Amino acid sequence: MSWFLNFMNSSIGKKMQMAITGILLCLFLIVHVIGNLVLFAGPNAFNTYVEALSSVKPLVRSLEVVLALMFIWHIFNGVRLTIENRKATPEKYLMNKAAENSKLTSRTMGLTGSLIFIFLVTHLGTIWRLFQLEHGGGKFYDIVISGRFGFNNIYYTLIYIFAMALLGLHLRHGFQSAFQTFGWNHSKYKPLISGVAVFFWLIIPLAFMSIPIYFGLLGGGN
Amino acid sequence: MNVTLKVWRQSNSQSKGFFSIYNVSDVSEEMSFFEMLDMLNESLVEKGEEPIAFDHDCREGICGTCGVFINGRAHGPISGITTCQLHMRRFNNGDTIIIEPWRAKAFPVIKDLVVDRTSLDRVMMSGGYVSVNTGGTPDANAIPISKVNADEAMDAASCIGCGACVATCKNSSAMLFVSAKVSQYALLPQGMIEKKIRAQNMVDSMDEEGFGNCSNTYACEAECPKEISVSHIARMNREFFKASIS
Repeated sequence: MSWFLNFMNSSIGKKMQMAITGILLCLFLIVHVIGNLVLFAGPNAFNTYVEALSSVKPLVRSLEVVLALMFIWHIFNGVRLTIENRKATPEKYLMNKAAENSKLTSRTMGLTGSLIFIFLVTHLGTIWRLFQLEHGGGKFYDIVISGRFGFNNIYYTLIYIFAMALLGLHLRHGFQSAFQTFGWNHSKYKPLISGVAVFFWLIIPLAFMSIPIYFGLLGGGN
Repeated sequence: MNVTLKVWRQSNSQSKGFFSIYNVSDVSEEMSFFEMLDMLNESLVEKGEEPIAFDHDCREGICGTCGVFINGRAHGPISGITTCQLHMRRFNNGDTIIIEPWRAKAFPVIKDLVVDRTSLDRVMMSGGYVSVNTGGTPDANAIPISKVNADEAMDAASCIGCGACVATCKNSSAMLFVSAKVSQYALLPQGMIEKKIRAQNMVDSMDEEGFGNCSNTYACEAECPKEISVSHIARMNREFFKASIS
């Protein structure tokens, strides 16, 4: 087992853990956004969908445990890497024109990640918690568009839109970066990876944003 | 032309450094950056002051000895060159030029702009060689090597170990340097035999030296005077992974 621990604690091993958990979290986003888009089909469709999920609770709960582990792993590892990297650079330059040699999104992964984490905590504490407390009665749609923690609350709506923009920036760097870390940097597959990356960093955040924009800002669903 | 220099001065590795300001006049735009520093140093010596220490050797961009951070960029504002290849015509009359040593925990300052890069030497000692018996010099073309591999190995081998990749990386990661060395051998028949153990040992050594972790900003590729590609980092990641699991 020592070879395994050596790998996990090596710089490249830690990067690979970041990449694997990151890609798995990206896959979760697909499932999540599809569920959200059901809101556009109206209250009945959305409530039926959420109740259908409730009927397979053991499966949902086990997947939630895996998901939580992925999040914790990704965040813990990210914090660990950030601390180590700070230690490796004890003195900063008086002048550093980083913008001339790298993209802002690649240099702010810790910042965007931390802000997304804050959003995640508020998200779990509000909509997710209310969904757990709700049993039947078809109130799920109402929770989402309510003025309390739903999209009729302008602050919640704006925070949600902002958080999804941050998610887009995080994945702008994160998605393609994961493949470089796996060692899949090849002129043949680069266009494919960049193409799929657009789906994750642009299309998915926009799809998430479409809901607060429609229900919150444009007054849809009322 | 006249320029104002803001230069990092530090008398030894233990002492605290500071920025000193020097006004240098009558600088010719044909001068190299180092010739301008030489001129300043001569005037400092005449005045009985300590000249500015900076690393340099070949002054033709091939040895990898020189390297300072100039106005926020490793090797200065022009991409694809070492500091010694930078000329004063790249600056304007009246410019203030900030000159700093490479900053990284693994590159402690020895004096002024000179840093200790022996950490890179120790990484090389851990695997940057071929130790199998390859016999005498074979006839030309006796060992078939594809043009693609030969070119890629040569691109990797053009690394001069100047440390700009580490200096510019926000994490002080040495991944571009180490991966160039891993690649240069892994692509050729003589080096291929030990590619797994080499990747393992060189990455272990890199981690021990206190370099940071790569976060794929690709600043290293942008600042490398030899324009070495980050695709070599991807190759090292593959080799290290394969070496770890088998």
